[in-house]
Amino acid sequence: MTAPHRRPRLAVWKFASCDGCQLSLLDCEDELLAVAGAIDIAYFPEATRGAVSGHYDLSLVEGSITTAHDAERIRQVRGRSARLVTIGACATSGGIQALRNFADIRDFTAAVYARPDYISTLATSTPIAGHVAVDFELRGCPVNKRQLLEVICAFLAGRRPAVAAHSVCMECKLKGNLCVMVAHGTACLGPVTHAGCGALCPAYHRGCYGCYGPQETPNTASLGGSLRALGMDERALHRIYRTFNANAEAFRCESDRHAD
Amino acid sequence: MPTDADQLLAVTLDGLSGLIAALIRRGYRVAGPTVRDGIIGYDEIASLEDLPRGWSDEQRGGHYRLVRRDDEALFGYAVGPHSWKRYLHPPLLQLWRARRNGDATALESDPRPRERFAFIGVRSCELHAIAIQDEVFLRGRHADPHYRARRDGAVLIAVNCAVAGGTCFCASMKTGPRATAGFDIALTELITDEGHLFLAASGTDIGRELLAQTPHRNATPEQAATAEKIVDRTAQRMGRQMRSDDLHDLLLRNLDHPRWSEVADRCLSCGNCTMVCPTCFCTAVEDSSDLTGAEVSRSRRWDSCFSVDFSYLHGGSVRQSVRSRYRQWMTHKLATWHDQFGSSGCVGCGRCITWCPVGIDITEEVRAIRESGHS
Ligand code: SF4
Ligand code: SF4
Ligand code: SF4
Ligand code: SF4
Repeated sequence: MTAPHRRPRLAVWKFASCDGCQLSLLDCEDELLAVAGAIDIAYFPEATRGAVSGHYDLSLVEGSITTAHDAERIRQVRGRSARLVTIGACATSGGIQALRNFADIRDFTAAVYARPDYISTLATSTPIAGHVAVDFELRGCPVNKRQLLEVICAFLAGRRPAVAAHSVCMECKLKGNLCVMVAHGTACLGPVTHAGCGALCPAYHRGCYGCYGPQETPNTASLGGSLRALGMDERALHRIYRTFNANAEAFRCESDRHAD
Repeated sequence: MPTDADQLLAVTLDGLSGLIAALIRRGYRVAGPTVRDGIIGYDEIASLEDLPRGWSDEQRGGHYRLVRRDDEALFGYAVGPHSWKRYLHPPLLQLWRARRNGDATALESDPRPRERFAFIGVRSCELHAIAIQDEVFLRGRHADPHYRARRDGAVLIAVNCAVAGGTCFCASMKTGPRATAGFDIALTELITDEGHLFLAASGTDIGRELLAQTPHRNATPEQAATAEKIVDRTAQRMGRQMRSDDLHDLLLRNLDHPRWSEVADRCLSCGNCTMVCPTCFCTAVEDSSDLTGAEVSRSRRWDSCFSVDFSYLHGGSVRQSVRSRYRQWMTHKLATWHDQFGSSGCVGCGRCITWCPVGIDITEEVRAIRESGHS
């Protein structure tokens, strides 16, 4: 007989993000409700005020760091979490808001706010791993519900999550999709993009947009040759990598190689 | 009345239609080529109407397009991205699951398919690929029960190739284009002034039995000669060629050839080549557990030597570089497969060339090494 043990405590934290990943978590409601008695879930949406208290077995972190206040808050969260897992493109690479990293933030605040001087923000949007140690990064914009559950189950069971880091192409072939790049001549970032979505876009005859960020060994330079042959010019090659994972190193470097 | 084993029979379109219906009536799950989303892939078929009548394809490195034929041929195309391993060795398969109930644990193994498969339109290279996977999965004391459950009793209806695809090189690998063994029935499609016919040969008792029940005539010597000519012409029109008698030693002598680095600059390590290859058999085994740990399961899914995790040993992956991964792939296919399984692991189907997004061509890579390597 195993000794009765304390219910594992799970916390969900939000930083700069659109809440899409938390929606994926809410989408797991049925599965989570079924075990509501087995785990204790604490949500901290927009917990920008108030003290962070207690200790957590697993913290899920959504969003990137864009303010000095958040840079401090993530350190507190880390200190209270046995395991810290980032969820989504914002938390793992800086998100779409990392486009600010390539421009002057003052131009943005001046364009958006009537009183930009009221806005206190950092010049960059950076991933959580740029600030504290991270135990696992789950990719996607937003994360895939099935993978999110897998990560939670794996961490609570103390095993390694079955989350592959290879290309989207492998998922595409497992599904039996046609390849839109080879059979339709549609530009696709699948070969350089991290698996996880189940090759969603190619299944609907669209090229992959790279929303899971770079795969484990991305060869963007070589793919560029094929994309060019399919009609993409320098500007298109620059822009195709400037999306949700613009700040992920492989995508950032490839984008920089092409003029806007 | 039993049919003479050597006698070629002439079967009409209606006859072929009846053969498919007979297989379905006998309870087979019939799979065959069909046009879907701009490719000819394999899927379950219900009748002749599902076959790619009047379609062909244009293939080269990293390029595939469907094209119209100027006749009504049902099998006038070359192989597409699917292969029969989708059925015999499924991409994702739950091996077992276990459920805890108090102190008891109930274990369930994967449900075995109840129906047997019948495949229509199997090409000669594919018969060879199935024979190679038979060797991998069924030889020795540890036969794979999941593969066996799908393979046993499967009926293979082959088609001799009437067109060579732009990336085909079965003639070089001595695996085609004529089906010589491993089929239950082999067809050659003839479209002549006499009409649309299939010359059928049987290779097994079940093949003979099925043909005996299909309306037919005996083929004339002229029809047999025309069929021979069609396949001979295909052999002469292969899209690619590759000398294959010395590959084992050639590649293993050239493990440090600079070409491996050069191809690694182009290779995306995307894994498409291994996914479409009809002989690649590697899988990753993954465990899952639910939130409470009451239910666990183990599955396997196709993996590729192009992924980093594939060569993960204690502490890390031993093939970090794409150079080492591409080299593993090609030397396994063409060289070490001979040591491991007694044949080449490549049947010259050309899929890895067509479906590589950057068009890397195994025959070109061999040529480059042959021309400048240690010979
Ligand atoms: S459609 Fe895109 S993701 Fe799918 S195999 Fe082709 S290149 Fe890869
Ligand atoms: S290595 Fe390429 S040509 Fe050879 S059998 Fe595999 S996919 Fe076909
Ligand atoms: S080439 Fe790679 S994926 Fe294919 S069978 Fe060999 S090791 Fe496995
Ligand atoms: S050879 Fe082509 S298909 Fe294979 S991993 Fe490299 S880029 Fe992908």
